[in-house]
Amino acid sequence: MADTINQAARKGILVDTARCIGCRSCQVACKQWNKLDADKTVNQGTFENPRDLTSALYNRIRFVEKETPEAVTWRFLNERCMQCGDAGCIKVCPSPGALYRTKDGIVAYNKEKCISCKYCVSACPFNIPRYDANDKVSKCNLCQSRIDGGMTPACAKACPTEALKFGKRNDLIARAKAAKKEIYGENVLNGLGVAYALEGPPEQYGLPPNPSIPLSIFLWKDVIKPLGILGFWGSIGAMMLHYVTIGPKKVDDDLNNKEGGNE
Amino acid sequence: MTNHWIDFKNSDVILIMGANPAENHPISFRWIMKAKDAGAKVIVVDPRFTRSASKADLYAPLRSGTDIAFLGGMINYILQNKQYFEEYVKNYTNAAYLVNADFRMPGELNGLFSGYDPKKRSYDPKAWSFQKNSDESIKTDPTLQDPHCVFQLMKKHYSRYTPELVSRITGTPKDKLLEVYKLYSSTGKPDKAGTELYAMGWTQHTVGTQNIRAMSIIQLLLGNIGIAGGGINAMRGESNVQGSTDQGLLFHILPGYLPVPSGDLKDTAAYIEKYTPKTKDPQSANWWGNRNKYLISYLKAIYGAKAAKENDYGYNWLPKLDPGMNGSWLMIFDNMLKGKFKGFFAWGQNPACSGTNTTKVRNALAKLEWMVTVNLFDNETASFWKGPGVDSASVKTEVFLLPAAASFEKEGSISNSGRWAQWRYKAVNPLGQSKPDAEIIHELYQKLKAMYAKEGGALPEQLTNLTWNYGFKRADGTIKSVDIHAVAKEINGYFLEDVEDIPKLKPGEKAPPPPPPGTPKKMLGKKGELAAGFAQLQADGRTSCGNWIYCQSYNEKGNMMARRGKKDPTGLGMFPEWSWCWPVNRRIIYNRASCDVNGKPFNLKKAAVYWNPNAPLPNGKTGAWVGDVPDGPWPPMADEKEGKKPFIMRADGVAAIFGPGMKDGPFPEHYEPMESPLPENLMSKQMTNPAVKIFKDANVKEDVLASNDARFPYVASTYRVTEHWQTGVMTRNTPWLLELQPRQFCEMSVELAKEKGISNGDTVEISSVRGKIDAVAMVTPRFKPFKIGDKIVHEIGMPWCFGWHTPGVGDAANLLTPTAGDANTMIPETKAFMVGIARKG
Repeated sequence: MADTINQAARKGILVDTARCIGCRSCQVACKQWNKLDADKTVNQGTFENPRDLTSALYNRIRFVEKETPEAVTWRFLNERCMQCGDAGCIKVCPSPGALYRTKDGIVAYNKEKCISCKYCVSACPFNIPRYDANDKVSKCNLCQSRIDGGMTPACAKACPTEALKFGKRNDLIARAKAAKKEIYGENVLNGLGVAYALEGPPEQYGLPPNPSIPLSIFLWKDVIKPLGILGFWGSIGAMMLHYVTIGPKKVDDDLNNKEGGNE
Repeated sequence: MTNHWIDFKNSDVILIMGANPAENHPISFRWIMKAKDAGAKVIVVDPRFTRSASKADLYAPLRSGTDIAFLGGMINYILQNKQYFEEYVKNYTNAAYLVNADFRMPGELNGLFSGYDPKKRSYDPKAWSFQKNSDESIKTDPTLQDPHCVFQLMKKHYSRYTPELVSRITGTPKDKLLEVYKLYSSTGKPDKAGTELYAMGWTQHTVGTQNIRAMSIIQLLLGNIGIAGGGINAMRGESNVQGSTDQGLLFHILPGYLPVPSGDLKDTAAYIEKYTPKTKDPQSANWWGNRNKYLISYLKAIYGAKAAKENDYGYNWLPKLDPGMNGSWLMIFDNMLKGKFKGFFAWGQNPACSGTNTTKVRNALAKLEWMVTVNLFDNETASFWKGPGVDSASVKTEVFLLPAAASFEKEGSISNSGRWAQWRYKAVNPLGQSKPDAEIIHELYQKLKAMYAKEGGALPEQLTNLTWNYGFKRADGTIKSVDIHAVAKEINGYFLEDVEDIPKLKPGEKAPPPPPPGTPKKMLGKKGELAAGFAQLQADGRTSCGNWIYCQSYNEKGNMMARRGKKDPTGLGMFPEWSWCWPVNRRIIYNRASCDVNGKPFNLKKAAVYWNPNAPLPNGKTGAWVGDVPDGPWPPMADEKEGKKPFIMRADGVAAIFGPGMKDGPFPEHYEPMESPLPENLMSKQMTNPAVKIFKDANVKEDVLASNDARFPYVASTYRVTEHWQTGVMTRNTPWLLELQPRQFCEMSVELAKEKGISNGDTVEISSVRGKIDAVAMVTPRFKPFKIGDKIVHEIGMPWCFGWHTPGVGDAANLLTPTAGDANTMIPETKAFMVGIARKG
């Protein structure tokens, strides 16, 4: 599908980590609005839980503890779909309308059209999409239903300190820059819809410093997929893509996927 | 709180000590961040680097239980470096008062003040009395130079708290101490505001009250009380704990902080005589001088027409304490264990998890004949008879569990920490058979009343004579359901008769000539009207009021608590038309102290109030306060005839740096917790607070302490986490929250873990001399070993929100905590005790 984006109309969230107190209201509010079940977790010696996104966990706080000879720091990063301006998942998705761009610039999805191919997983520079028990794609869509109703996404609404600020993306970025904040995601991947004001280098938070869509996706989108129009070549292309991004089919794939949702 | 949540944004320096608001009061950080946006600095002092500390400009660690040493050092710093706000201290505190010449302090008396009786373990406060002039007024030295004046005594007392010694006691590095002292005392400037946010981290110690006293002294020295962005602010741990305390939840206070009478006060006259402070100072408003009006109006509210002058307004029906009796939490379970209670209502609480020394609590419950628990969910208390290690067959206690409605299933008011009473509406109907608390109480009342009528009993009048005008009455006088608005109106109070407005004459003032006949009387209020404020209450039975501090909350203008106006005329976030706050909608208590003696604000940019001498008044005179509702309409102090001092709840009108009201000394002094890692107190020869009650009974095997004991070498503290609430009865039953914090854990330093061979995520056993629990080890650089004296002391911490009733989460941290309470309040010392730790399996 062609993925075009109107930068001026784009809505998004600015995550200001300097304001985040790690209360995780965002995690719970998201579950409440999106009617997601609780994941069963164990304490592994950290406040952070669950330890990864799941099909029932669209955003979570990463607790980053660091010690230097001078001081200890404890930082909190809201981890979720970044709503990339140049979205690998939309690019790679072979089922029209399963992953798509809304008028607000959000990367939305329709589970009914998802064909469970998981190409989007491989195409994501941030390892975001998860598959639910029905093997359908799940991730943050910035509470599309709330935005359509003129409301703020549940996470930003619940955030007590405005660490998550929702609004017109251009305004959010401009305001953060005026406050002399270092922005992560301003231009990369045609601008992230969820951009960050960080207190240190992105690596410290476990974010890729230069996120990019895997090369194989360019091959698919820009070289092989057009050939798909020729029909026969398309299926070969899909097989090639599967091999490049996921690797050869393994017997225990299904098993892994089932466990993936449960920490 | 003296101030309120939104007011945090007006601070220049925010000291968070004895609290962890990022985790336990997350909304507070909305306002703390706004203060930071405006350039404020945030200081966090805590044994552990918390989520609050992560947002601090300055973090300093200290060993649990050493706050007075830390704060005493700050007082010393402020005095030595002349950082105090002299004008404020001289005019608005008792710094100039002269104490009797025989008074001695801990530096001279091995850690004790004058007047101590070791047999009674108590002080005679007469030993701390002030010098008096022949007319009974207190002698003062306005220059603050007299060696017996409060200021000089304070200086001498805290000169012992040198940074070196404080550092040896607290374990706080000296440079960090001085950094904190310097930054915080920068708010001693007239146009700077410093606020202090505390919670259970300060109260739950055997020196809890004195922790807060120490900070109050600092705030007074720096002129931080009464101002926007200042104050001393207790962040309450439950949404309505302020409200329940206001309404007389505790054993020793009736609604509105009227003391519960003791049996030796035979009538209202004796009660009023004892609890009404007197002053001859014409500049003191002495507001508690109105005690009689509040007591009689209260009696009229609860006994209605049955309370008359002839029967002393039903005073005899009021429940009384035995003289000197203590009915606090620790005593309830002590007496229960000794078989002194037949039955027990555990209403909205879970003592078998929240109670300190939980084994004692659980064993005590087994001594009851019956127990009624009222809660949203089954819990450790309701099911104590099938708890771990309990032989169910041997428990004779009959237990009833009544399902209660949650806050969103009923209507009513909630009073937040800032004293704002906010009306809330019902969102959904209660589930199943669950009922709002008021309905449960109502049914209980009707049943008891019927039983008294049928069977009689001892002193039935105290129950049968209660007014119960809480809804539409049936022919037989009963009501179907409670109208919560009727309850709110009763709390506010009514005129029971027409009351004429007769102006009070000042001494020597002549009565005005009587008006010509036929002139309509000027009325204060008409029979049946709701009182407009507590200044209208009468001491002769013509008014009723269930709680004088809530008088005005629901008046003829409507339900003030339900207001949602968003005007902010001062720009300071006081929002005077949003809900209603006690007293009389005053958002900052003692706000007249924010101005000089002429009523000019110390900080013009953030003036809570100011005196406008030209403001016209309805009576033709001029002069009024503008801004927040002031502490009384009188002109500022400089007006010798009409002016009043700002601290109107004190009989002498000034704030007490030297506090004769305390049981454990007029100045805070550092004592070690009942369980300490040290063989001796590095400050004095007196190891622990000399005035605390010692629980030592050969028959109570649960009450044991282990101080300076090699088996239990580590300091421990308990706390809450954002993800769970109190004992977790509500939150452990919310899967989304259990997902975030699924199990009991124990935070410890990397150094201690290495010493004990513990890895992050291991299961460990934590033991005190009273019990043991399992937890997941959380090994973290956010905890650091302390250097105390010449030895290294480790501290660990764990949350107390878990209990056996939820499978797999671990049992209560309070199984470890001691039976020891504060000398003044008896709040348990759960924030500093000693444990051992070992890797399991």
